[in-house]
Amino acid sequence: MAQAETLVIARLVSEHEREIQADWLRQLKDSGALQTGRITESELQTQAKNFLNLLRSALEKGDTTDHAAYGPVRAMLAEVSHARAVQGFSPIETATFVFSLKRSLFDALNRERQLSPVEIAKTTWAITVMLDDLGLYTMEVYGKAREEVISRQQTEISELSTPVVKLWDGILALPLIGTLDSARTQVVMENLLQTIVNEGAEIAIIDITGVPTVDTLTAQHLLKTVAAARLMGADCVISGIRPQIAQIIVHLGIELNVISKATLADAFAVALRRVGKTVTTIKSASVAPA
Amino acid sequence: MDRIPILKLGDALLVTIQVDMHDRMATALEEDLTTRIVSARAKGVLIDISALEIVDSFIGRMLDNIAGVSRVLDAETVVVGMRPAVAITLVELGLSLTGVKTALNVERGMELIKRRRAEEANEQPGE
Repeated sequence: MAQAETLVIARLVSEHEREIQADWLRQLKDSGALQTGRITESELQTQAKNFLNLLRSALEKGDTTDHAAYGPVRAMLAEVSHARAVQGFSPIETATFVFSLKRSLFDALNRERQLSPVEIAKTTWAITVMLDDLGLYTMEVYGKAREEVISRQQTEISELSTPVVKLWDGILALPLIGTLDSARTQVVMENLLQTIVNEGAEIAIIDITGVPTVDTLTAQHLLKTVAAARLMGADCVISGIRPQIAQIIVHLGIELNVISKATLADAFAVALRRVGKTVTTIKSASVAPA
Repeated sequence: MDRIPILKLGDALLVTIQVDMHDRMATALEEDLTTRIVSARAKGVLIDISALEIVDSFIGRMLDNIAGVSRVLDAETVVVGMRPAVAITLVELGLSLTGVKTALNVERGMELIKRRRAEEANEQPGE
């Protein structure tokens, strides 16, 4: 973008700031920025005013939008965009904030009588490039903010997904799904131990079918859980160790001094025997006397 | 100095720790218990720590010691009623008390001791 056009835009903005701002706000309102009720009119007004202020000072100093003078503009846009991503604005709504300014700037440009058609065309192009650049930047920040939200939710889900289920009187099962790290092990351990107390359980089955991989640290976490349960007076059985994981455990030289069974069903059978129960087949109902 | 009472229940001894133990109390308990096991010819020791909220490595080692001593004196030690927080602390301290039997409550602990006695009684005639 050439210096001359930038100065024209800067002059436009500083001379007609009030009109441009009013016009821009109207555009924003027309495009339904306020309808969702996520943002109030005064908030929008402040944002628009700040943005125009920062843009004007950047235009006076800087040439293109990647010039250092645009730092404050970008920072402000990043803040607005981040806030909107968290508040649940749609991508279109977020991008419209910047793109709708185009129309207002063009209108202001058209009112300039002393500019030649060539100058107007060049300035129009300059405005387009500038606002497109800022608009794209807004979208980038928006995307990043959404990613943050998603990753936070993922951690929350992993914290929640540690249920302890009661299979029978005195028999608990703890189906683990997802990677086991220190923080999660703590939650799992506390859940399990508390349930052992509440249910008066004698035996707990830790099923790791859903654990994608086991390393030395994960194994240590598992063993800690088992040791803590034993201190409380309950035994643990580990089940659902997948072939690959079994190989990893052996290759890493981890000693799992725990009863381990291939499937949850096998472990359940062990647990039933431990509490003195057994499963028998009922004689088929079809041979009952007619 | 306060001492922790040791109750005799059949051929087992029951110790209920209801106050936060300091180290001298723990040492005293260890001594008292050793003499009582011999004098009462106890076959089992139940240590109920369900009221204990804080356990440090000293108490942890004391439990291990008591288990070791009573095993030499032919009595089985069962620690009962450990709280989840205490269990986690002990594991984090690296004290998994491998020599100690555990049970969820006193009732289960008594059953455990009786079962052990019965098993031993069954084994002896075969020898």
